[in-house]
Amino acid sequence: MQLSFSAEDEQFREEVAGWLQRNLTGEFEQLKFRGGPGDEHMFPQERKAWEQKLAEGGWTCVGWPRAYGGRGCSIEQQVIFFEEYARAGAPGRVGHIGEGLAGPTIIAFGSQAQKEKYLPGIVAGTELWCQGYSEPGAGSDLANVRTRARFDATRNQWLITGQKVWTSLAHESDYCFIIARTDPDSAAHQGLGFFLVKMDQPGIEIRPIQQITGTSEFNEVFFDDAECGADDIVGAPGEGWKVAMGLLGFERGVSTLGQQMLFQNELDEIVNIARDNGAARDPVIRQRIADAHIGLKIMRYNSLRMLSGSEDGSLQQEALIYKLYWASWHRDLGELAMDVLGMQSEILEAPPYELSRLQSMYLFVRSDTIYGGTNEIQRNIIAERGLGMPREPKVQIKVQDSQ
Amino acid sequence: MDFRFSDEQRMIRDTAAAFLAEVSDSAAVRAAMATEIGYDRQLWQRICGEMYLQATHIPESCGGMGLGYVELVAIMEQMGRYLLCAPFFSTVCLAGNALLVAGSAAQQQEYLAQIAAGELTATLAHTGVTGEWGAQGVTAVYRQRAGQYVLDGKLRYVVDGHTADLLLVAAREEGSSGEQGISLFAVPAASAGIERTWLPTVDQTRKLAEIGLSGLAVPASALLGEAGAAWPDLSKTLDLATIALAAEQMGGTQRVLDMTVDYTRERVQFNRPIASFQAVKHIAADMMLKAEVARSAVYYAGCIAQEALSGDALGAELPEAASVAKAYCSDAYFANSADALQLHGGVGFTWEYDVHLYLKRAKASEHFLGNGAHHRERVASLLLDTPNA
Ligand SMILES: Cc1cc2nc3c(=O)[nH]c(=O)nc-3n(C[C@H](O)[C@H](O)[C@H](O)COP(=O)(O)OP(=O)(O)OC[C@H]3O[C@@H](n4cnc5c(N)ncnc54)[C@H](O)[C@@H]3O)c2cc1C
Repeated sequence: MQLSFSAEDEQFREEVAGWLQRNLTGEFEQLKFRGGPGDEHMFPQERKAWEQKLAEGGWTCVGWPRAYGGRGCSIEQQVIFFEEYARAGAPGRVGHIGEGLAGPTIIAFGSQAQKEKYLPGIVAGTELWCQGYSEPGAGSDLANVRTRARFDATRNQWLITGQKVWTSLAHESDYCFIIARTDPDSAAHQGLGFFLVKMDQPGIEIRPIQQITGTSEFNEVFFDDAECGADDIVGAPGEGWKVAMGLLGFERGVSTLGQQMLFQNELDEIVNIARDNGAARDPVIRQRIADAHIGLKIMRYNSLRMLSGSEDGSLQQEALIYKLYWASWHRDLGELAMDVLGMQSEILEAPPYELSRLQSMYLFVRSDTIYGGTNEIQRNIIAERGLGMPREPKVQIKVQDSQ
Repeated sequence: MDFRFSDEQRMIRDTAAAFLAEVSDSAAVRAAMATEIGYDRQLWQRICGEMYLQATHIPESCGGMGLGYVELVAIMEQMGRYLLCAPFFSTVCLAGNALLVAGSAAQQQEYLAQIAAGELTATLAHTGVTGEWGAQGVTAVYRQRAGQYVLDGKLRYVVDGHTADLLLVAAREEGSSGEQGISLFAVPAASAGIERTWLPTVDQTRKLAEIGLSGLAVPASALLGEAGAAWPDLSKTLDLATIALAAEQMGGTQRVLDMTVDYTRERVQFNRPIASFQAVKHIAADMMLKAEVARSAVYYAGCIAQEALSGDALGAELPEAASVAKAYCSDAYFANSADALQLHGGVGFTWEYDVHLYLKRAKASEHFLGNGAHHRERVASLLLDTPNA
């Protein structure tokens, strides 16, 4: 075990920090600490410009192989990049779904033509992506998607019809990757396809959904014979589930270290408030602040373990518990923030519903334990894959029987 | 940066695990815990003579193996997993670390060498009747008289205090308070002026004693470090021991989960293994989360302990890393033992099943060297008791 970074990596750290310091200025100054979870609706245009600024410096897709336009950074360097990025207060990345999810999927499963068509726009920060998985009837039970894709040979297009929901940033995105049923008679994991769909077309309608924060980051997306080119299906028809599941593996990548820096910023703000308003003298609050600090420290150690890889290439237990762990920790941090603020936590920044950063965080964290697999689904996965306990039995219970 | 065991570390861990699985099964633990001394002398001889576990992190110059703290942590994890009853924690992690941190070259040559050779058991006695873990807990006093030190007072909760050959005693100069005036002495336990009393305990797998000092006269050569200035060394020793104890707790945290998974997969109710009920699976999943998070905390703390012992930069994080690990592992071990008992149903409440042995060890280890609340408060004061920048 070796905790420190090499001299070369430390030099890389300086390079990243230096670039951010020089470039996160002028028009971008106002973006500092903005655009994170709960704040994603803020400054969309400016943050798109920032994506391109990053791209100019070669700081998008740092972990992608060079062959696909990435920087080819080692795991250590990626850790450093995401840490410094967050430390500098650089804004939430509008390109994160493309860089973290769509791109890696295309790299792993896409055709040569798809790589050439889609990867450069992601690297350049000019094309944004959203994720179209969930539907009204397919939340935790993702395999229950009903959206259909049928191939129209005369037009040489897939035509997609159905509805997606909770699609984050759909209104800002150029493309959406979706799973849809290619075989209308299929059920569950069979008969699905994975499609890369252009958002700006007549067959797609986007309606924002207002969240408990009063803002709208996610949307309903309606598809009515929306077009998708014959070459824009990843993998074969019927292989969509495999591709979609491969993608889940990318979701707990190195960016988790950057996420933890954001958490650290939030915790620092809470600590400062507690010292100022006297909450730091309350023994119960002291315990809770220390607990949050301890929880975040260990989160980092757990990530270091995750990133170092398993000894024998087997499934890593510490990776399996990670989502449940950080989501629950962050949820508790939200409550702590409000409790440290006391009555002041009630007072809005401005009417009609402008929230402070911590108020917004407190509300937004309620979604951390829902999206990307709810806490309950995480526990099922941990018990079944991590502990080898029996899978959930498949029984059908009709709604009326349960009443 | 590489946060994984090396091949050698893995081998050490696996060898210790295989040995302990054989020698520290339920029957062995129960036999040892029923005795007053609390361990099997023959087994201790095998641990020392065949396995050299006690010599792990003692420097080669003192006849040890000269390995690192990560190796020690890996071994302690296994000892916790198998609930080993032996004077290992007291001799190696309490007294051994005190000698490593505070002992002179001569004292190390004398005592560490004997520990490494398996010829000496030892322990640390520092807290008084109040059982506080900070500097204020040191209540025994000393006076200087004719080039000697004379010690008086009562020390409690001394691990293996009734059986150890050597005592490292913390006492304070009469009239001093707080972190000032504390000294550490190495004293043969059989000295006149020492009265040792076994304190029977709820957790029978680790023995505690009370040590009474009345007019105990020790020579100046028994002093570790400088008179009256031992708190930083004592504090460092306690942090190192705390990390070792957290490793032991983590091993137990994992073991009760393993026992629970095995049991719930076998036990059938309503025509299904109870492991198929989601209520059961979700508790088990939370137990696994706690075990893994505890593991991350302990391995990191082990690395920091090594840095602290070898004087490297990250060693400054020692107090925090110790408190982070102990706070988490204390709560995780007890919570997992309690959940394990619940998921075993009625049999979990029997003397016959081993769950209660872990539940009891968990509570005792939680309190020893400070419980979760104590360590959280330590972290809180590091964070909160300095003015805003
Ligand atoms: C802020 C936010 C952003 C999102 N962004 C996107 C996005 O960009 N793209 C996208 O596709 N989706 C997105 N989602 C959707 C998200 O993935 C789903 O909300 C999530 O999968 C849960 O599905 P559901 O809302 O239908 O809840 P349900 O599945 O109906 O769950 C309701 C409750 O039932 C529990 N439950 C369900 N099944 C089980 C079971 N088998 N065992 C035990 N308990 C169970 C759940 O844990 C939960 O508590 C987003 C959601 C949020 C909140």
